[in-house]
Amino acid sequence: MRGATHARWAAAAVAVALAATACGGGSDSGGEAGIVSSSWGDPQNPLEPANTNEVQGGKVLDMLFRGLVRYDPATGEAQNMLAERIETQDSQNFTVTLKDGWTFSNGEPVTAQSFVDAWNYGADVRNKQNNAPFFSDIAGYDDVHPSSGDPTATAMKGLVVKDAKTFTVALDKKFSTWPDTLGYQAFSPLPKAFFTDHAAWLDKPVGNGPYTVDSYTKGTGMKLRRWDGYPGEDKAVNDGVDLKVYTDNNTAYTDLISGNLDLVDDIPAQQLKNVKNDLGDRYINQPALIIQTLTFPLYDPQWSKPGMEKVRRGISMAINRDEITRQIFRETRTPAKDWTSPALGEKGGFNPALCGDACTYDPAAAKQLIQEGGGLPGGKVTLTSNVDTGSHRDWMDAVCNSINNALGEGPVCTVNPVGTFADFRNQQSSYKLTGPFRSGWQADYPLIQNFLQPLYYTGASSNYGKFSDPQFDKLVDEANQEADPAQAIAKFQDAEKILAAQMPSIPLWYQNGSAGYAERLSDVALNQFSVPVYNRIKVS
Amino acid sequence: MGRYVIRRLLQMIPVFIGSTFLIFIMVYALGDPVAALFGDKAPDPATAARIRKDLYLDRPLWEQYLHYMGQIFQGDFGTAFNGQPVTELMASAFPVTLRLTLVAITIEIVVGITLGVVSGLRRGRTIDTTLLVLTLVVISVPTFVTGYLLQYLLGVKWGWVRPTVSPDAPLNELILPGIVLALVSLAYVTRLSRTSIAENTKADYVRTAVAKGLPRHRVITRHLLRNSLIPVVTFIGTDIGALMGGAIVTERIFNIHGVGYQLYQGILRNNSPTVVGFVTILVIVFLLANLLVDLLYAVLDPRIRYA
Repeated sequence: MRGATHARWAAAAVAVALAATACGGGSDSGGEAGIVSSSWGDPQNPLEPANTNEVQGGKVLDMLFRGLVRYDPATGEAQNMLAERIETQDSQNFTVTLKDGWTFSNGEPVTAQSFVDAWNYGADVRNKQNNAPFFSDIAGYDDVHPSSGDPTATAMKGLVVKDAKTFTVALDKKFSTWPDTLGYQAFSPLPKAFFTDHAAWLDKPVGNGPYTVDSYTKGTGMKLRRWDGYPGEDKAVNDGVDLKVYTDNNTAYTDLISGNLDLVDDIPAQQLKNVKNDLGDRYINQPALIIQTLTFPLYDPQWSKPGMEKVRRGISMAINRDEITRQIFRETRTPAKDWTSPALGEKGGFNPALCGDACTYDPAAAKQLIQEGGGLPGGKVTLTSNVDTGSHRDWMDAVCNSINNALGEGPVCTVNPVGTFADFRNQQSSYKLTGPFRSGWQADYPLIQNFLQPLYYTGASSNYGKFSDPQFDKLVDEANQEADPAQAIAKFQDAEKILAAQMPSIPLWYQNGSAGYAERLSDVALNQFSVPVYNRIKVS
Repeated sequence: MGRYVIRRLLQMIPVFIGSTFLIFIMVYALGDPVAALFGDKAPDPATAARIRKDLYLDRPLWEQYLHYMGQIFQGDFGTAFNGQPVTELMASAFPVTLRLTLVAITIEIVVGITLGVVSGLRRGRTIDTTLLVLTLVVISVPTFVTGYLLQYLLGVKWGWVRPTVSPDAPLNELILPGIVLALVSLAYVTRLSRTSIAENTKADYVRTAVAKGLPRHRVITRHLLRNSLIPVVTFIGTDIGALMGGAIVTERIFNIHGVGYQLYQGILRNNSPTVVGFVTILVIVFLLANLLVDLLYAVLDPRIRYA
């Protein structure tokens, strides 16, 4: 019976080993007292305000920086933060006056120069900052950011420092809501240390927000601690935040459930069916400034020839948004009824009646419209998206099924899955796609302008379908010059009605932010960008 | 022996160059990574052009490869998109994965060979049949299933272990991921050693050893096992490289920031310096492990000699 003895020994060894690991962890829930531990993804780019354009990096900047303007986390309304006032007579020349008493966490005062230097740095093409185009409204942008060749200046002539607390900004054309865009993180001020020792600053960023960086290990995590000298009113109510990088949001969720993590701000799709059971009312699911659309390649004549707008509208009507958002996304998406987001609020320009019939599922009408418009080009349609994240494959299959069922002509709709986001972005931005493709849009600031102009204005930067309509352009221009915000929004909505008639892209659904948290946290909320409002989270 | 080793080391050079070149082409074929850096927004052409120039992406493929190899021989493996040198990523990732691999290999060797011996010696009996069925089950269940299942049962439901591994990845936290990673190979090791042992139990030298009156454990360990280990050692040797590269799934499930994680990020972001750099090191590990296996043959069976 020697063999059996061996087996018993091996089993005993494994059992002992497992018992040993049990002592190592698992008993303590969450992190240290007063510290929120939260899931994080590795930021794609170095953490600099003008170089960070995705949620994970933005999360950190939101804790480390305060700009001239800050969006109210609940309403999205732009409120002055460091700015005492931003004045203009003509919607083109602005005078910015700063409040007293603001400093960076290293003690250096925040001055007009801190903003002007940061903006000039962000705009300079030599610094290769992803967010450089955010400064393109400022006069002199082309000097520091020419479309080719070397810059002829190191500073934009539109930015002039008057004194320590005042600077003026000249835009190259009227833009009445420009001050409202300044809540975007690219417009954060930067301390001198950023310019004198850039590498050291990147290793341990210094800002002027409610938190300071205690330690940062790239790819692993960041420990942020409350800055007691923070002069703002929105001081952190907890002692700090530990961001932990997770390779997979499923793992983060597992850690939350087993008590190793306090906060997850992205509930994995596979867990949505359990989440209410697991977390009860500690599950947050609320609209964010994100919309998913299917954009038509209007640069391809077969999609843009006259009459095709009927086909485009018909395809939209053949999509059963209600069922897809319920079955696949378990209500973490809301069927879209316009081209903006409910997170804007109706006051901000969201209008659930704008798309009307064209966004309502009606197979009979869809079939008829497509026939009237001359049918699908070549009798078929192919949807394209990257499939590495976001259940894209699932919803594309569902949309195709919906279209095929509505038309009843067999499998006319097919899916073209692209392996990686990078590859998809290449095909999309080089105008190689010949059928409708996914375009997700997360707004940079809660303005209706940001949902329309960059995407549908002639020649606009993210107008991947190359939609062009003179009337639309004219209305957007007028809206931007309109000094009265309500009037401006009405103009933008008029422009949006052209989208409803032309259907250059099909609004699919609004994307919600979803989060879950541990019992020891309270006052957890997401802002419009689906980032937790960390400074308000209480730890018991 | 010495000449043999040198010859083998020299043979590694073309393998090394060929494999890095192939990987380089494959990553290159994934397309231009720059557009994805800008998220859903349109890349600013002037900024994108500068980034391409800096990363050498505006040159033809062969020039990129030569430039890259030139850098490698100076010890510079390039930079990941988040601004970290790839060597830094390696310094943080390889020790973690190496520890995980060691745990897995140890489990594989100790448990796998023990079970194999047990099974092989009692061929046809209940324990043998049970082990055969069990190993078949283990082989047919994908790693991510066993991973999530064990994580859920041991980590979440019963709370015996931490369901995820902390950043330092200490050895005791790596035991569960190590078991998951080792399981499939363990089943193969068990089956390989079982067959080998079962064959050799009838060999003349075993009968002789038994007839000499040697104690049973000595017959088994010195005579039977040593001669039966050659196929097992071959398998374990090649498995070292496979485990290190194939840890992607296990590392994802248990949130281990090792090689698999970095490779996955590199592929998702089309970052050729990361992917090629890590795979280059993996290729070297694989080659060295193979060399070690070949040298071990001579130790196990002195009849095998290398000139």
